[in-house]
Amino acid sequence: MALSRRLLPVLLRRGGCLSAFPSAARALSTAAVPADAEEEEAVTIKGVRISGRPLYMDMQATTPVDPRVLDAMLPFYLSRYGNPHSRTHLYGWESDAAVEEARARVAALVGADSREIFFTSGATECNNIAVKGVMRFYRDRRRHVITTQTEHKCVLDSCRYLQQEGFEVTYLPVRPDGLVDVAQLADAIRPDTGLVSVMAVNNEIGVVQPLEEIGRICREKGVPFHTDAAQALGKIPIDVNQMGIGLMSLSAHKIYGPKGVGALYLRRRPRIRVEPQMSGGGQERGIRSGTVPTPLVVGFGAACEIAAKEMDYDYRRATTLQQRLLDGIRGQVDDIVINGSMEHRYPGNLNLSFAYVEGESLLMGLKEVAVSSGSACTSASLEPSYVLRALGVEEDMAHTSIRFGIGRFTTEEEVDRAIELTVHQVKKLRDMSPLYEMAKAGIDLKSIQWAQH
Amino acid sequence: MLLRAGGRRLLAPGLRRVLGGGGLLADPVAVGGGRAYHERVVDHYENPRNVGSFENDDPSVGTGLVGAPACGDVMKLQIRVDESSGKIVDACFKTFGCGSAIASSSVATEWVKGKQMEEVLTIKNSEIAKHLSLPPVKLHCSMLAEDAIKAAVKNYEAKKAKLGQKGKVTAAEKAAEA
Repeated sequence: MALSRRLLPVLLRRGGCLSAFPSAARALSTAAVPADAEEEEAVTIKGVRISGRPLYMDMQATTPVDPRVLDAMLPFYLSRYGNPHSRTHLYGWESDAAVEEARARVAALVGADSREIFFTSGATECNNIAVKGVMRFYRDRRRHVITTQTEHKCVLDSCRYLQQEGFEVTYLPVRPDGLVDVAQLADAIRPDTGLVSVMAVNNEIGVVQPLEEIGRICREKGVPFHTDAAQALGKIPIDVNQMGIGLMSLSAHKIYGPKGVGALYLRRRPRIRVEPQMSGGGQERGIRSGTVPTPLVVGFGAACEIAAKEMDYDYRRATTLQQRLLDGIRGQVDDIVINGSMEHRYPGNLNLSFAYVEGESLLMGLKEVAVSSGSACTSASLEPSYVLRALGVEEDMAHTSIRFGIGRFTTEEEVDRAIELTVHQVKKLRDMSPLYEMAKAGIDLKSIQWAQH
Repeated sequence: MLLRAGGRRLLAPGLRRVLGGGGLLADPVAVGGGRAYHERVVDHYENPRNVGSFENDDPSVGTGLVGAPACGDVMKLQIRVDESSGKIVDACFKTFGCGSAIASSSVATEWVKGKQMEEVLTIKNSEIAKHLSLPPVKLHCSMLAEDAIKAAVKNYEAKKAKLGQKGKVTAAEKAAEA
């Protein structure tokens, strides 16, 4: 503990992303360091020189590690570094005890039993085990999978992989507000359906799916219900029994925990069986072989414990900040569309489309704010985000979307600065935009015959 | 005690190296997998030249509108041509597109100014791309800029032809305007 207290100021100063102010609340801020404070911290990146690190508003991509989590992890790197599977000495025993304690904390956050939590390398691995593992285990009797079009790439890719193995997959469309039609899902279930996979909170647009309803239907029809809860854990209340969840993917680095660790929830009653994707020494009850990374797992447990205590407060705070962001931007620019339902949404995720402005050019101007875009230019291919397309967003609007992420450490000053920068850039780009010009002149853009090349 | 002192010595230089000056952050190419913006692209974005619009109906103006919102790139490039010499005296643009597209069209307006119409038709997208050091994935932006130049010239010529057909009345109108 003393070790970490001495180290923390060093980290704060050298890290640059945390300011060196004495007050605890400010110290936890991820606001950019003011330019006059440390000129050496000026960053030249992508040909652009900015004074200090950008404001971090991309919480859906990843979150900073909570200093309290780091505190919990450090001893397991420096002094209690044993392998939890070593049965013969203190190092192994204490490591194992720490892993089990962390497991209990993760389980408590979702209303599960410790024996139902299996540590993995992250939500992607969990999704692979859940989708491929379940279907392969029951391959003789179950040949059909149901999922949605807005799932995370790892789920969609696993389903595609299963299709190559001869399974059938139904990709359910979503409504324009991003929510899945539960009646349609119920209809899609066949006698040979082996898995229904619907993510809890969407990473791009932040909509919360109706988990209780889906869980109820799956329970009635006897189909395992898998949900990718990477973005939901610690942010909205999850109860695996109330929601009828059979499998769940969890990720640590979305809730202020370390990167590189996640957990799979596998129901015991009724028992869901999976075929392991990692062969080896049979760790984690044979579900996932490989040494359990004690420091990461301890960090995950600590993050879950903190989340359990602070979830309500964080939720209310995120709601206030989201409202502030939205009002601030909407008050100064018009022609803005919010992608996804506003009622069924996690407030820390705000995905906005600015009409007549292209996403990548906006991002280029917002270099002092770290945000993400659903624009084609920012993806490897030239296609706009498939999630936005699934919502029915027109291609030109899909090119204009920006995702703002608000988290535990986001301050009001950061939100205000983000508003200021965004409004400034949007106005500048609209002045440069022929589409805005034409729209203001009353021309209907849909009526124009574009000369595609 | 040992750990406290040793820990700081262990961590501080490492952090300084990784997070501070040199290393990863100072080298723009290393970050983002090699997709760094060239200074010129950023410059054109920060200080755009010739953003604006000419009157569409003005007979000395040629307008090229290329691209499609669905593709994420729309460029409107306008040229003002001096009737007698056939020289482009002014140019402006408006673009809906990424930074590279904005820079490409901005460069295009700079390059066409003061040139003959036949001359600007020889401007190649590869020259624009080279000037801006566009990565392969952004080459289509320069192509669109080349298309925009050609479209503007074509539009001007088409206008001239149409006006020429109207005969003396138009010539008198033009004289009155001048």
